[in-house]
Amino acid sequence: MGRAAYIRRRLILMAFVLFGVTVVIFGMVRILPGDPAFLILGDRATDQKAAELRQQLGLNRPFLEQYWMFVSAGFAHGDMGQSLLYRQPVGDLVLTRVPITLALAGYAMGLAAIITLTFGITAAVNKGRWPDQLIRVGFLFALTTPNFWFGILLILLFGLTLHWFPVAGFGETFPQHVWYLFLPALTLALQLSAVLIRNLRGQIIQTLRSDYVRTAHAKGLSERLVLLRHVLRNALLSTVTIFGLQFGFLVGGAIVIETVFALPGTGQLLIQSITARDYPVVQAITVVSAVLVIVVNLVVDLSYSFLDPRVTYE
Amino acid sequence: MSEKALGVGPAQLTRVTPVVRARKVRLNSTLLTGLGLLGLVVLVAIAAPLLTPYDPIAQQFTESFLPPFSPGHILGTDNFGRDIWSRIAYSTRLDLQIGLLSVLFPFIFGGLMGIATGYLGGKLDTFLMRIVDVLMAFPFLILVIAIMSILGPGLTNLYIAVGVVGWIPYARITRGETLATRHLEYVLAARTIGCSSGRIMLRHILPNVIAPALIYVFTGMVLAILTGATLSFLGLGPQPPTPEWGAMIAEGRQFLLLAWWMTTLPGLALLVVGVALSLIGDGLAENRGG
Repeated sequence: MGRAAYIRRRLILMAFVLFGVTVVIFGMVRILPGDPAFLILGDRATDQKAAELRQQLGLNRPFLEQYWMFVSAGFAHGDMGQSLLYRQPVGDLVLTRVPITLALAGYAMGLAAIITLTFGITAAVNKGRWPDQLIRVGFLFALTTPNFWFGILLILLFGLTLHWFPVAGFGETFPQHVWYLFLPALTLALQLSAVLIRNLRGQIIQTLRSDYVRTAHAKGLSERLVLLRHVLRNALLSTVTIFGLQFGFLVGGAIVIETVFALPGTGQLLIQSITARDYPVVQAITVVSAVLVIVVNLVVDLSYSFLDPRVTYE
Repeated sequence: MSEKALGVGPAQLTRVTPVVRARKVRLNSTLLTGLGLLGLVVLVAIAAPLLTPYDPIAQQFTESFLPPFSPGHILGTDNFGRDIWSRIAYSTRLDLQIGLLSVLFPFIFGGLMGIATGYLGGKLDTFLMRIVDVLMAFPFLILVIAIMSILGPGLTNLYIAVGVVGWIPYARITRGETLATRHLEYVLAARTIGCSSGRIMLRHILPNVIAPALIYVFTGMVLAILTGATLSFLGLGPQPPTPEWGAMIAEGRQFLLLAWWMTTLPGLALLVVGVALSLIGDGLAENRGG
């Protein structure tokens, strides 16, 4: 299969997945026994309130028509309904929050890349010796540490005790953003790196054994040059793929970390909306995050073919 | 040489399965450390009433905010004067239960689905993989939170929410292994002598594909316990005053400078359990040459 055919197939699959995502989210409230209006409003709501909500969400229309309304309004007009709590369009509400979450996720990815390269390479070239063991144990801890707890510890140490970093909010200017978001991004990055370092270490060790690396050494190239030019380029391929696949995990983590660091992003809105039973907002955030993940995965899959010309599509 | 002398009559053929079973679990240092740690944790969970001098939810306002190593309160007390060690110890029961139950049903369901679709293939397989594609598009935590928001907070709902996506890794693992196994000679042999598909899947394929899925169980448990603690940190898990590590961390947040131990210590407990389970998983994987 050529690249064009592959891309076409990937796009068809993506359309299907998008369809599935809308069905899941649409079905989520409706599949449960009982009246969705009361599920959203709580058991103590008055009948009149419930009737109003049913009218507003279109719950009193036929099932398929409801689905069609949901999809056509959402995708064609970007209209995802009204927030029950804020009384304003859900789309606006969510979209103003998304950049903060994306900035946090992107920052974390950048930090994770630096951490992974530094420690992954160090561990691999020192295989079996103490730096390798130390990194292995250290990141085993990072992998199992609850990120919200680690974030609080960072606040306690670097914010409240040492006063090096602010403990909440995200600042006004760009340098301030970088400053304010450092601790939350680091929290996410450490956990992400734990997954990546394992992979990169293994890949480098495997590549170091290959014939072409021995040839490069035999040619008299310096250790450093062989490692950076020859080994790393190949070893990084699979790590980059995992990097992309972890995007969903990162967005989920960002949701929690935002509440820890009081960042006014999507996560904070999500938690707020759940407490207030603001279902349209919950629905919208779930859709937006899923769409983000789908797009990122597609980009990763496609960029793979540009990174590695040998890749064939099956 | 006759068939009998070779010992490969049809009766024997049906029993040629245990490639994995024959290999004993060897104890390496990673596995031993993990098992030792987990053993301690389980001991604390079982013997919680014997090991703790206080009721985990009994409030004693005259004794609030005592630091660790105070007389009578080895890990100190919280804002309500509740003994932190007692709360951590009792919470062990809850968090281990969350780890076990959130993994049990997804493991069984996912494992069997993976074998069935991998072996039978066709439309069923395509259908399953499309469901997986759709569910994988959601960030795990956001989907779990969204489901919890509809079902409401609480333990049972937590199991359901985690289970909706939790079965996927097991299905993927056993499906992949089954695809690699279904053309092997012993499966063909079993088919030749007329074994039913169900029998082949359960008696012949299952024992050979289950090991990697079992290893993943430990990763799954870490993930489930962390998810449970996260949800309870966000207020969506077991409700107060039930002692749960994530909830304890959340309660301590507002007293961070006044009583650092309220947040720090429950997190350490989570970390110990997570490390123990990860080490066991890693140790088992090492055994298989992973």
